[in-house]
Amino acid sequence: MAEVSLSSSGTELTLQGIRKEFPGFVAVDNLDLTIRAGEFFALLGPSGCGKTTTLRMIAGLEDPSAGKILLGGVDITDTKAYKRPVNTVFQSYALFPHLTIFENVAFGLRRRKVSNAKELALAALDLVQLAHVADRRPAQLSGGQQQRVALARAIVNRPALLLLDEPLGALDLKLRREMQVELKKIQADVGLTFLHVTHDQEEAMTMADTVAVMNNGHIEQMGAPESMYDLPETAFVADFLGQSNVFRGMASSANASTIEVAIPGGTTLRVPVARASAHSGDVSVGVRPEKMSIHAGAVAPQTDTNVISGGRVTDVSFTGVSSQYSIDFGPLGNVVVFEQNLKALPTVDLGDVVSVSWKVERGFGLRDHRAAVIDEASEL
Amino acid sequence: MKGSIFGRALLPIYTILALLFLLIPIVYTFIFSFNDAFKTNIQWQGFTWHNWTNVCDAQGVCEAFGNSIIVGVVATLAATALGTALAIALVRYKFRGRNIVSLLIFLPMATPEVVLGAGLAAQFFSLGTPKGMLTVIIAHTLFCLSFVVVTVKARVASLDASIEEAGRDLYASPGQVFWRITFPLLIPGIAAAALLSFALSFDDFIITYFNSGSMQTFPTFIYISAVRGVPPEANVIASAVFVLAIVGVTISQVVSSVRRRRLAASR
Ligand SMILES: Nc1ncnc2c1ncn2[C@@H]1O[C@H](COP(=O)(O)OP(=O)(O)OP(=O)(O)O)[C@@H](O)[C@H]1O
Ligand SMILES: [Mg+2]
Repeated sequence: MAEVSLSSSGTELTLQGIRKEFPGFVAVDNLDLTIRAGEFFALLGPSGCGKTTTLRMIAGLEDPSAGKILLGGVDITDTKAYKRPVNTVFQSYALFPHLTIFENVAFGLRRRKVSNAKELALAALDLVQLAHVADRRPAQLSGGQQQRVALARAIVNRPALLLLDEPLGALDLKLRREMQVELKKIQADVGLTFLHVTHDQEEAMTMADTVAVMNNGHIEQMGAPESMYDLPETAFVADFLGQSNVFRGMASSANASTIEVAIPGGTTLRVPVARASAHSGDVSVGVRPEKMSIHAGAVAPQTDTNVISGGRVTDVSFTGVSSQYSIDFGPLGNVVVFEQNLKALPTVDLGDVVSVSWKVERGFGLRDHRAAVIDEASEL
Repeated sequence: MKGSIFGRALLPIYTILALLFLLIPIVYTFIFSFNDAFKTNIQWQGFTWHNWTNVCDAQGVCEAFGNSIIVGVVATLAATALGTALAIALVRYKFRGRNIVSLLIFLPMATPEVVLGAGLAAQFFSLGTPKGMLTVIIAHTLFCLSFVVVTVKARVASLDASIEEAGRDLYASPGQVFWRITFPLLIPGIAAAALLSFALSFDDFIITYFNSGSMQTFPTFIYISAVRGVPPEANVIASAVFVLAIVGVTISQVVSSVRRRRLAASR
């Protein structure tokens, strides 16, 4: 333990083919992942997709069924949890109920015999704005306060890698934003590597350098937040990060730059080859609601614009800067369009027959149609 | 409404009667500890402090009391240590035969004491162990063990495993996790188990009688001397133990209520 010291910078983490089986159930399946040193990495995914299990294997609290975990190039797969320079902010806080808040925060420092444990622990409590409750027990704090203690207790150790399992889930919006800024600052100042699990896609997108979307024990896609949003590869990611409209179809023809996709109703949509994750067979065309325009009546198709006609407006909600339209396209399903109210106020009304259009280079091609989970839900 | 008035009157009366019923033998014992008894301590002969100031005058009473304390303390320590370890193992580790052990642990509690006492005596006899302090301590440890395991097991099962995981995550070795986290959190259960063990051991007559040989504990002393009449010194010891127990309970109640108030104030 003595060899573990306060880190002055983060360390690179690599997962190679990590798998975790529980009796009769695969929680994490063949996960490959590299998090660069000093990176803020966000892991997003629906409940039960294996996020906590992944963190527990990295922390050493769960043995992987297969695969390797490398920290700074060193294989730590078989290293005991207490010898790993990794700390966790637990989803359930897991504070020590018999110790004061101060003793909780100083616990890790004391175990490593850090000489100025007291000052460091008090500074960490200051950071999470809880210095005034240092002498209390965890049971005397609110949920949000406990969560911040859990954060301080992990961060104070300046680990080479910090694992955060929904560390801000119990905080109100204002405190959440404050702690996000604070976390980002600590991460940048010390250059620690953060692996941050969250349900909140906005939190992931604003804070992280890299976002990974996890589903059913595997990573669907990862990349910079902007590129993930701009160019999702699967319907699951397109739906999980923001909203999107997806049209299922078959690639009918393709040239060097554009794929043509035939969708039900005789319409053909175009998508750039460079923006499609599948180029033949089943290809779905997706587009973000804010990238679409809405027109009264029919509109003639153009080569650089996709047009779908014959929809009926089923819902209009005016939100000030923009309006949100729900349009029923029969067999194509429901399409959502956001339009900014730049000039005139809403141009179409409930029940109107309309067309929607978008620039071909704004759409994206997906290799699947709808994520299984969502499919099941919608069929119910 | 009528019924409730009836009930309102009945309940206090019932409670008072029940308390009286429970308290009479204790009060009797206490009063007769001041009896200036000559041969038997059955008739009131007059008040004296003598029994309290010269407790050890009666033949063997202090020795028997001392034996009871030694047996109680040693058996409690042994049963608490062994039982705590066993309770943790039974909850935390999956080993072959775990369910059978869990079941067998109940056996000494379920077996009639006469059977347990006689069975143990037969064992000691066939092993050639002379009856005495050691055999009594072994016998007491054995039956206290069951109670310790059952008490501590409940506490271990209610421990949140993630708290210990947090300890491991925060650089505590397995030993440190046990002594700094698990053990402090188990203390209420362990203390309750130890108190129970001591009370059971101090109180035990049947098993002790089978295995003590010529050694006497306080209960066997009283039983034997009851033939001639229990000396008033025995009443003194019994009363003193009772008073000590009451004082102990009162102190712990006061301390915990003060602590609760202080916690509430610091909020
Ligand atoms: N000890 C275990 N035994 C069996 N199954 C488990 C165990 N721990 C987790 N699982 C299962 O593994 C799956 C993944 O669980 P995990 O806790 O990693 O989900 P998560 O992504 O963190 O979800 P959430 O967002 O709700 O916290 C779940 O289906 C869960 O039921
Ligand atoms: Mg989780």
